Amino acid sequence: MAKTIEEINEKIARKEAVVVTAEEIIELARKKGPKKAAAEVDVVTTGTFAPMCSSGAYFNLGHTRPRIKLGGGRVTFNGVPAYTGLAAVDVFLGATAVPDEDPRNSIHPGRFAYGGGHVIEDLVGGKDIRLSATAYTTDCYPRQKLDTWIRLVDMNEAVLFNIRNCYQNYNVAVNLSDRVIYTYMGILQPKMRNATFCSAGQLSPLLNDPLYRTIGMGTRIFLGGGIGHIVGPGTQHNPDVPRSENGVPRCGAGTLSVTGSLKQMSANWIRGASFTGYGTTMAIGVGVPIPILDEQILLNTCVTDSEIHAQVVDYSSSYPENVLGSIGEVTYAELKSGAITVKGKKVPTSGLSSYVRAKEIAHILKSWIEEGRFFLTQPVETVPSVDSGVRFKPLSERPIEPPASASQKSGGLP
Amino acid sequence: MIKKRLVLTFPSNMVDQPITYQLVKKYELIVNILRAQITPQESGKLTVEVSGSRKNLDRGVEFLSLLGVGVRLIAQGVQWHETRCIECTACTSICPTGALSVSRPDMRVSFDKAKCIACEICIPACPYAAIEIEPETAG
Repeated sequence: MAKTIEEINEKIARKEAVVVTAEEIIELARKKGPKKAAAEVDVVTTGTFAPMCSSGAYFNLGHTRPRIKLGGGRVTFNGVPAYTGLAAVDVFLGATAVPDEDPRNSIHPGRFAYGGGHVIEDLVGGKDIRLSATAYTTDCYPRQKLDTWIRLVDMNEAVLFNIRNCYQNYNVAVNLSDRVIYTYMGILQPKMRNATFCSAGQLSPLLNDPLYRTIGMGTRIFLGGGIGHIVGPGTQHNPDVPRSENGVPRCGAGTLSVTGSLKQMSANWIRGASFTGYGTTMAIGVGVPIPILDEQILLNTCVTDSEIHAQVVDYSSSYPENVLGSIGEVTYAELKSGAITVKGKKVPTSGLSSYVRAKEIAHILKSWIEEGRFFLTQPVETVPSVDSGVRFKPLSERPIEPPASASQKSGGLP
Repeated sequence: MIKKRLVLTFPSNMVDQPITYQLVKKYELIVNILRAQITPQESGKLTVEVSGSRKNLDRGVEFLSLLGVGVRLIAQGVQWHETRCIECTACTSICPTGALSVSRPDMRVSFDKAKCIACEICIPACPYAAIEIEPETAG
């Protein structure tokens, strides 16, 4: 029997909604059968907690007296530069920004001890942050310099705005070369001595609604320990990829853009991260509720790790060269067993996405809904699906022709 | 017969000397090299597990100290900060002894200090600075 989001919300208000996590539903549907389970269960909660590089936050810092125009000037938070190409006291700080004086990879592999992700974690944790700025002066903004302590509570707005989170499936990284490599997938030992993966698998939001039937702009979610919303598809959203019969993509596919006020988030679920030899980023907790509107939606949430496949990619060659090429296909059940077999070799695996934390998020979201504190939303627009024509393409470079005068000049040289 | 795990640090002028050989030959110690970082012209670091009689072990350590080799006992070398750890498991596939390990299927990470040889491979592998070397303890 089909349900509506309004009906589910009425049950949530009466604290009668039946909510289970994407892990619990597997066993429940096995016992009761999908038809009965779909009738009984109202919401399945998902979760993921992993580094997501295209994350950041915008802030309105409040006007100084006299005023300063940070727009077009230079702003740092604890030495980490923010983007200022906005109005006078609005700035955007990205998770991968690092201080100018950070040696980066000039001493290889760089440590990248502190960056934008760490600043955001510190702000959410209530810490004082040093805000330094220089600006050009105007008649209406006469001040040139600013150096002050600031906290999250001091800001007018502090909003997490992530343009790409929650990758639906991801590569498994290995290193076929004979030297250690340092990547955003962690440290990869030579000759395939380890493999890393990054997905919550059967708990991951987009793997539980593979064709994005219930997820889209306006969907209310768990974000960083607070409540946030889905903005729409994230950058590099790429729905039209090879999929299994259950609709689950066999490689990276959909992504989400998400937003929410930092002021109600927790430093437990927003964590700055340093990838040796690569850079800084931020790990974020996201949980998406899936309304069980019909039996098919329920069946999708019953997906197990053994039914989700991922591609093994060589990060010493095919990834950096941007050459397509999978050297093997494995399931998340295999990845989570601790070892996979690639090209006949047994390779130990480890994750970058925390399954323990993903599960905790799914349980927190479940309790919020059960307690009548979190209601579901009908998306204004669902995320573009397989037949949308949306495709992710590489950059097509075109040669820059030298200006006519320059080419004449060089042509005249002996 | 006792067993000790030591971190030996060599000044740059000593990296070309066969010190391990002396430990074996003169003091009848069984030396198992766990990790070696030696670059010509620079100081070197050797992590070893040494076993033998208490008397020989003490004499061997004395011999090293007299030569100017820094000797640090690995007792509690590596510290795992449970509250900082997000249990992503990134460290577990590169830990050579299984000191950092995962329980399955719940995917919880744990650290067994007794198995740790303080090779420090896990430290750069942790994105959250959840693993650190404890302050130096005298050998």
